[in-house]
Amino acid sequence: MERIEKFIDNLPPMDLMRSEKMTLVQLIIPVESAHRAISYLGELGLLQFRDLNSERSPFQRTFVNQVKRCGEMSRKLRFFKDQISKAGLLSSVHPVVEPDLELEELEIQLAEHENELIEMNSNSEKLRVTYNELLEFKLVLQKACGFLLPSSNHAVAEERELTENIYSNDDYVETASLLEQETRPADQSGLRFISGIICKSKALRFERMLFRATRGNMLFNQAPAGEEIMDPLSAEMVEKTVFVVHFSGEQARTKILKICEAFGANCYPVPDDISKQRQITREVSSHLSELETTLDAGIRHRNKALTSIGYHLTQWTSMVRREKAVYDTLNMLNFDVTKKCLVGEGWCPIFAKVQIQEALQRATFDSSSQVGIIFHVMDAVESPPTYFRTNHFTNAYQEIVDAYGVARYQEANPAVYTVVTFPFLFAVMFGDWGHGICLLLGALVLIAREGRLSTQKLGSFMEMLFGGRYVLLLMSLFSIYCGLIYNEFFSVPFHIFGGSAYKCRDVTCSDAKSAGLIKFRDPYPFGVDPSWRGSRLELPFLNSLKMKMSILLGVAQMNLGIILSYFNARFFRSSLDIRYQFVPQMIFLNSLFGYLSLLIIIKWCTGSQADLYHVMIYMFLSPTDDLGENELFWGQRPLQIVLLLLALVAVPWMLFPKPFILKKLHSERFQGRTYGLLGSSEFDLDVEPDSARDHHEEFNFSEVFVHQMIHSIEFVLGAVSNTASYLRLWALSLAHSELSTVFYEKVLLLAWGYDNIVIRLIGLAVFAFATAFILLMMETLSAFLHALRLHWVEFQNKFYHGDGYKFKPFSFALITDDDD
Amino acid sequence: MYGFEAMTFNIHGGYLEAIVRGHRAGLLTAADYNNLCQCETLDDIKMHLSATEYGPYLQNEPSPLHTTTIVEKCTLKLVDEYKHMLCQATEPLSTFLEYITYGHMIDNVVLIVTGTLHERDVQELLEKCHPLGMFDSIATLAVAQNMRELYRLVLVDTPLAPYFSECITSEDLDDMNIEIMRNTLYKAYLEDFYKFCQKLGGATAEIMSDLLAFEADRRAVNITINSIGTELTRDDRRKLYSNFGLLYPYGHEELAVCEDIDQVRAVMEKYPPYQSIFSKLSYGESQMLDKAFYEEEVKRLCLAFEQQFHYGVFFAYMRLREQEIRNLMWISECVAQNQKSRVHDSVVFIF
Repeated sequence: MERIEKFIDNLPPMDLMRSEKMTLVQLIIPVESAHRAISYLGELGLLQFRDLNSERSPFQRTFVNQVKRCGEMSRKLRFFKDQISKAGLLSSVHPVVEPDLELEELEIQLAEHENELIEMNSNSEKLRVTYNELLEFKLVLQKACGFLLPSSNHAVAEERELTENIYSNDDYVETASLLEQETRPADQSGLRFISGIICKSKALRFERMLFRATRGNMLFNQAPAGEEIMDPLSAEMVEKTVFVVHFSGEQARTKILKICEAFGANCYPVPDDISKQRQITREVSSHLSELETTLDAGIRHRNKALTSIGYHLTQWTSMVRREKAVYDTLNMLNFDVTKKCLVGEGWCPIFAKVQIQEALQRATFDSSSQVGIIFHVMDAVESPPTYFRTNHFTNAYQEIVDAYGVARYQEANPAVYTVVTFPFLFAVMFGDWGHGICLLLGALVLIAREGRLSTQKLGSFMEMLFGGRYVLLLMSLFSIYCGLIYNEFFSVPFHIFGGSAYKCRDVTCSDAKSAGLIKFRDPYPFGVDPSWRGSRLELPFLNSLKMKMSILLGVAQMNLGIILSYFNARFFRSSLDIRYQFVPQMIFLNSLFGYLSLLIIIKWCTGSQADLYHVMIYMFLSPTDDLGENELFWGQRPLQIVLLLLALVAVPWMLFPKPFILKKLHSERFQGRTYGLLGSSEFDLDVEPDSARDHHEEFNFSEVFVHQMIHSIEFVLGAVSNTASYLRLWALSLAHSELSTVFYEKVLLLAWGYDNIVIRLIGLAVFAFATAFILLMMETLSAFLHALRLHWVEFQNKFYHGDGYKFKPFSFALITDDDD
Repeated sequence: MYGFEAMTFNIHGGYLEAIVRGHRAGLLTAADYNNLCQCETLDDIKMHLSATEYGPYLQNEPSPLHTTTIVEKCTLKLVDEYKHMLCQATEPLSTFLEYITYGHMIDNVVLIVTGTLHERDVQELLEKCHPLGMFDSIATLAVAQNMRELYRLVLVDTPLAPYFSECITSEDLDDMNIEIMRNTLYKAYLEDFYKFCQKLGGATAEIMSDLLAFEADRRAVNITINSIGTELTRDDRRKLYSNFGLLYPYGHEELAVCEDIDQVRAVMEKYPPYQSIFSKLSYGESQMLDKAFYEEEVKRLCLAFEQQFHYGVFFAYMRLREQEIRNLMWISECVAQNQKSRVHDSVVFIF
């Protein structure tokens, strides 16, 4: 025992086994160097600040104004981004790196740019409105002529005179709204008209409304404008319809004009005379082309300004984001009594203390502060955060474990074993080296493109695949391995490791399916003999093999879990857990299922015919009975009785002692201390508000007992159900091989049987799709989920608490654009 | 469907009920209001709201904020949520959701008509309209000269058309008969909504009839108080009360003859649910009555969420949000005008 302890103590420490040692530190930073210090710490990214002002609302904090300014700046940046994307420019691919700006300078620059942009926008807006009006006028002129031509012969000369006066004006654009009053009686009957243009979507309702308002005394003509016109509000192109309404009477006119206004229809006057029309059309066109050039120039100018902004946009955005993060962090700090220093508390890993101190010194030096930053370690009552230093490879496995629960501080980390066991258990279910090679290729593609893909923004599905690329890699490698053992390649057996050990009884091989084959040489050296494929006993043989293998793997993994609980108990120096939890659990599991595993191995080695179901069942029902032909080794019966007794003893062993001993320990520790501990005045002063130091302790026996009871029952029942649960390895593996057999034999071979190229191609296509989507995607997913479950439930419930919280350092590298 | 909502409700209404309950969880809490009340400037309010569901709607507003901007953006959020729900809804929920907006439609019609009567610009009026009560040809309302035209030109296309049957007259519009029109329409609307909910049956009918009855009673009280001292006759007044609710019919008879606020109070105190509201007020006072009613309404609306499988939650949610927006408007106004002492006068905490 001593030697084992020594051996365990001398084991080299595993990197990922325990989370990093953390410590609570206090920083006292002079105000003048605070900003710099925090930004250096942000670059370092190894300190997690605690919020010391959590009771204050965001706008009562010290640096609220700076935060607001940053918010304002990021609003401006968003405005720029929006404008740039609206203008159809790509924000620059090669951002210009220029020396860091001061925040104030940036603020001024941004404000300038914003004003400039807004001014340009409003100018071009005005131009655009004028342009639109002219364009509409032109369209109305073009289209409305068609309706008006017949009546133009009757035009009265005086009216022509009148219109001439007005239209000769060059500023008819400005007076357009006045001109629309110029509706002339087109003939002696007092018929007048109003012409204009309206959104196509509103035209129908407009007509109906006009009809109602005039009680049907009107004539409505419309024609599609043919050209799309930009809606100044939404900057979208809309289709419009030109209309001409003929009506009579003054009242109708006011009504129609009001309705036009209400519907946002723009009215434009159209002269009756053709020559007038031509003249106006010409004028309008020339104005249009002038305006177009002006507009184009404006847009070019604006685009130029936007491009120059676009060069800096990325840099500015990240800078503002950093500044905001710095001020948010500063807001978590407290002022000390003298108001000259900021006091901060935070967690950092112990290895990072030197780096942090160095960064702080640099900050003091750079900001030429008189007083250095004080950095010291405090003791904490609160449990520190959990921090694992992972790399590209281990990260995905750590994520798998964290998805269940973040490890308690310094608790044994199942991710260490998950790296191997997870892909292996997956492969047991997915064993087929053909499919494994497909997966491997996929994984290799993802890994080869790692550099490129990691910088891109991927879709959620691709992101998941990419994140798990190393999981995928190991999964595929193990699948190839298991596939070789199962001797499956798209369900086809191969003679890779030599010839089969079996041959037919005679040359004709006629009774191969009925009487079977005979063994004529040494067993097939690696994996399953290819001759099993297609034989009558194929399924019973493979089932028995895989079932037994599943139980062996399961018992091994569960034992590993319990052993990890021993390491945990040793680490946290809890001999109670070793004696009253680890030992009985070990005994219970191994006396039942460990024994079963032993029987399996003996049966495999000796080739015995014993019925293991019978042995296990009668071990409980009548342990004293003779085993008869099922006896595998000498002394099996007494051993069974001993094991059964041990298992029975183990149950109360793990249930009762622990809560009682805990109670005794508690009452001893607080013996005679009927009153609570009075905080000494010195201690009280030292406590910062909201510090991690305050604590209280209470012991509730019934709660502890119930907890222990639940735990024990869960373990005892779990031993049975978890072992059974591992049989999913067999079930999924069976399902996988049967599915691939079906696709191979019933689709591919069937199609190949026809001597028709089309049917063969169809068969091949169906086979390929089934392999890719059902076997490679769905089956991978289901095997993945089952492996996940085996780890989360069957393995981790033996030792893993998973109630810690993650270390979230203040780091610029971690600030992403999720706040946008 | 009566009594068996649990079996079938989720087929069509389950998703939206989940959505609306999710939205409800985003309503500002008392802690939020406490923080908001401590704000010094409108920027502080924006900053606080940016941590709530209003964040995305306010984040792109340039810094010198105005109360109207805040209210506008908050309303926009409500409208977006409403439209989303309406898009997803199937019959009869979609009709139910549409009913919720008819009240705003009536208000908008009255707003435009009164505005044009006083020769205000139509565009300006349109901006003031509640976005939930907009309909296609609302701007055309300005054309109408009298009720008959109003109906024939515009409103015949809107869902409000049936409510107009009682107020088609050829009289020219003036302030008085516009107000009467508003109340007649509202009465018809509430009765129709009430009937619709009764037709739906089940928990919806049960909860909505309670909420609508409260609404109807509140309107009856308000009509009474506002018409004291005007030339409205007792019979006319009586006609404006909705024909359901706790006060119907005997309370209405008594309210119709009230001559001052204390008589109203005497009538209302006979009804236990309203006793508590009036007991908070001192005699002769009607200023705080609105707030008292709002508080009672919020309490009842919150209770609607305690039961599942009914449409009342949608109504309740919309009303609660509107109350929240009123609260925000009041707080913002108080902050903007440096009247922080009055900030608690009209804020109704929801949770």
